[in-house]
Amino acid sequence: MIEKVRHHLSQNEPLLFERSSPGKRAYQLPELDVPAVDPAEALGAENVRAEIAGFPEVSEVEAIRHFTRLSTWNYAIDHGMYPLGSCTMKYNPRINELVARTEALAWAHPYQPEALAQGSMEVMARLEAALAEITGMDAVTLQPAAGAHGELTGILLIRALLQKRGNPRRKILIPDSAHGTNPATAAIAGYAVENIKSSESGVLDVAALEQLVTDDVAALMVTNPNTLGVFEENIIHAAEILHAKGAMLYMDGANMNALVGIARPGDFGVDVMHLNLHKTFSTPHGGGGPGAGPVAVKAPFEPFLPAPRLKRSGKRWTYDYKRKHSIGRVKAFYGNFGVLVRALAYILAHGGAGLRNATVDAVLNAVYIRKKLEPYYDLPYPSPNMHEVVFSDERQARHGVRTGDLAKRLIDYGFHPYTVSFPLIVHGALMIEPTETEGKMEIDQFVDAMISIAREAEADPQLVKSAPHGTRTSRVDEVAAARKPVLRWKPA
Amino acid sequence: MRYLPKSNSERRAMLEACGVAHADELFAHLPEAVRLGRPLALDAGISEYEIVQYFRDRAAENANGYASFLGAGVYRHYRPVLVDTVVSRGEFLTSYTPYQAEISQGTLTAIFEFQTMLCQLTGMDVANASMYDGSTAVPEAAMMAVRATGKGRVVIARSVHPEYREVLHTYARHQGMPVAEFGYVPEAGTIDLEDLDRKLDPLTAAVIIQSPNFFGIVDQVKTAAEMAHRRGALLVVVFTEAVSMGIVEPPVDADIVAGELQSFAISPSYGGPYAGILAVKEKLIRQMPGRLVGQSIDTHGKRAFCLTLATREQHIRREKATSNICTNQALIALMATVFMTVYGKEGLRELAAQNLAKAHYLVSKVAPRFCGKFFNEFVARVDGPEDANKALLKKKIIGGVPLGRFYPELADGMLLCATEMNTRAEMDAVAEVLA
Amino acid sequence: MVPENLRYTKEHEWLLVEGDTGTVGITDHAQEELGDIVYVDLPRVGTALAQASPLGSVESVKAVSEIFSPASGEVTEANAALADAPEKLNEDPYGAGWLVKMKLSDPAQAGSLMTAAEYQAYVGAEK
Repeated sequence: MIEKVRHHLSQNEPLLFERSSPGKRAYQLPELDVPAVDPAEALGAENVRAEIAGFPEVSEVEAIRHFTRLSTWNYAIDHGMYPLGSCTMKYNPRINELVARTEALAWAHPYQPEALAQGSMEVMARLEAALAEITGMDAVTLQPAAGAHGELTGILLIRALLQKRGNPRRKILIPDSAHGTNPATAAIAGYAVENIKSSESGVLDVAALEQLVTDDVAALMVTNPNTLGVFEENIIHAAEILHAKGAMLYMDGANMNALVGIARPGDFGVDVMHLNLHKTFSTPHGGGGPGAGPVAVKAPFEPFLPAPRLKRSGKRWTYDYKRKHSIGRVKAFYGNFGVLVRALAYILAHGGAGLRNATVDAVLNAVYIRKKLEPYYDLPYPSPNMHEVVFSDERQARHGVRTGDLAKRLIDYGFHPYTVSFPLIVHGALMIEPTETEGKMEIDQFVDAMISIAREAEADPQLVKSAPHGTRTSRVDEVAAARKPVLRWKPA
Repeated sequence: MRYLPKSNSERRAMLEACGVAHADELFAHLPEAVRLGRPLALDAGISEYEIVQYFRDRAAENANGYASFLGAGVYRHYRPVLVDTVVSRGEFLTSYTPYQAEISQGTLTAIFEFQTMLCQLTGMDVANASMYDGSTAVPEAAMMAVRATGKGRVVIARSVHPEYREVLHTYARHQGMPVAEFGYVPEAGTIDLEDLDRKLDPLTAAVIIQSPNFFGIVDQVKTAAEMAHRRGALLVVVFTEAVSMGIVEPPVDADIVAGELQSFAISPSYGGPYAGILAVKEKLIRQMPGRLVGQSIDTHGKRAFCLTLATREQHIRREKATSNICTNQALIALMATVFMTVYGKEGLRELAAQNLAKAHYLVSKVAPRFCGKFFNEFVARVDGPEDANKALLKKKIIGGVPLGRFYPELADGMLLCATEMNTRAEMDAVAEVLA
Repeated sequence: MVPENLRYTKEHEWLLVEGDTGTVGITDHAQEELGDIVYVDLPRVGTALAQASPLGSVESVKAVSEIFSPASGEVTEANAALADAPEKLNEDPYGAGWLVKMKLSDPAQAGSLMTAAEYQAYVGAEK
């Protein structure tokens, strides 16, 4: 049978397992320079496995073609704008990839002697100092592996400090506009979650907060600017309310790209916060990770930070493992070092003024998009926005077209969709975060696309509802996938 | 700034369109008290050339040109060139989590292949799309067992990586999840079954062991499974050396396998980023944290993949989610996927056999501390391991991990690892110092 | 479509009382709001439930909804067919898509629930 080719050979690439045939290989090992051993003797016959049934067998050429063809099925920042709200999809400088692969950094083993790891330790110390200056906080741990992991670390720090003061308390307050990781984190840290309804203008309701903060509340977890892209103007007052009752202010730093160089959480009452280096500091998302989620704290929390801590001893860096108040380790070794290198390279490239300029451009892009799209899309919260803007699908829904449909149609115009249906306080949300990475031409094209889609939603709703039309894969049946989960390949 | 694409005239035009005279007005709504009234106290931005130089200078302060016998959870294996070739493609490197299936089939397909290969390797039914690393996969496995069994406590072998155990204790402390540790047999280095029997009670949700364990020894998975299951607990088997699965019988009797894939072409990179994995028996799918990719069809009836069973996750279930995990290690998992593809069925076996041969050559020249069967690392009995390491450094060799820091009773123990990257000459040099 | 012979809760469950046996399901309105149901989590036989306590949950691709017991009693049967065919909940919510049968501890509790007419009015008002 001739396989039908549409556009390009790459369209028909099978799975690795379907490509395999016995005896093919893509590797060659050096000849063994020691005597071979009998596995049954070395391991015990019962501990030797049979062949790995189904494991791939392909040649080197087939391997590279396979993954290259797969790659062409992805959209990426390198293709164009990626306006996912809350995700801060900005350009990933390639120099960062290069320096992270510097041999003596990339091949450093976490247990090599401190005297032979001074370069790695200096990189971490410099990044800690830079992040402390950017956030206005007193100390930073680089151990957490991602944002949600940082949240957990941060809430455990709050718990530890409150425990030391006599009572860890029971509750964490979380606004209804928060990311899902916030309540999930609080639960894992052993806290009950109490939701706070946002005010009519979409910000923290300080009067409601005042009512809810009792001796039983450990902290408020807040994202600032919040998930509407709106700066929490009452943040200092909120911090005072919390602090008066001995509770803490935790900040989710997911939206730090709106603040770097402009305002510092440490200056507006935040006690503990995390950063997402894979958002604000441009380390690549890589299709879902890796990330890094450093946690920055005020001085009273420093004794509780995960061990070990970097410590200066004369002219050398060393690790301090003897920290009796520490919450313990949250991850083996010292953190996602390779990600830390990339973030530091980003900070070094920008410098202080450059970081501020990036923030200004990110906010300018979002404000500009809002200005241009306001005539076409419903804006449920008119407060001034910062780095992102949230519309609702109210006008288009009248024609049966929902935010998910508009998003899929955007693909046909060559853009990645914005964030769909979040935050939850906006019915049918379109959450758009352009970042500083986009120039005027790309933004104008995006705006034109959104306007055109708004018109289509009125004139030809079905066209939008059945989008995308130009992709290799059309809409995927997620219901079938969930009803009868097929989570691995099996031979026919 | 070279990463900012706008010209000044474009910036002015955009500000004008926004009805703003100066960029600072974009922040006029921020209360005065929160605004930073000064520039950040950071150095001015530098050029690409200077950045390269900065990191070269830092690298020069690290070990350069040393042979190494360090293992203990992080292994030096050759990284095929294809790995970086693939993960450097912008389509993989600079894409987001594949929520939009129509334009993410590349990542989704690769993850589906990853999940499949992990099932083939571990003998489990389902593997997720990755966790942060092996150490954090352990508490996630423990919490999963607690949900699945409705019981509250876990017991973990002291022969599980000490830092993994520390992470488990950190997570468990605040959840009312008591953790008990059980010992190893002093002669063999395998789990102490009597001690396990003493600590395993009907309230135990999970028994956690590692194999090959922290001492490199292939441990008693089958027996541990029988003991756990008899008491209604699940068995969690941890691994840190994925290459072992090329030759060592997989932990098919486990209910949950929680491991670290660093050995699969992931640079040691001073401790991360790596890729953890959770693989489970079918019955535990709905208790599993982390992302899963499933097969389906598109509207044209063509095979297509998408993220599935998302209702387990934080963005839907919020405080009732199986875990708070969101970001995972997709790009690192892709490295492992390419590695497994390059080596394939025969190659992974041959690679494992080489590791086995190297470590057994080295052990023949020194005094092993335990008699248990091991894969590519083992504990040598060394008088004063710290001093021995100093002597080795003079030969440009980084020796093994002195174990006294983790196990006071093994102060004369040095954990040595030999992989395909260690030459016979290096091993002979080590033997000379340690003998 | 709201059958006359059933009683209804504000959380959109229905209850059919036959002697001291109660059959529980979710309403047509509820299944429509949820969209395609992909998974149903039901209690084990023998589980004791109080009125308004969580009974289980139903899941669509992007949402989870808790089901609350419309009356007190002990679960005598859970609809096993839903494990393989959760779509029955969408196709036939008042028939093949039933969730559990229970031995009611107080059949008179049904009196505290809405009648078909009241439920219809309630759903209309909610919209």
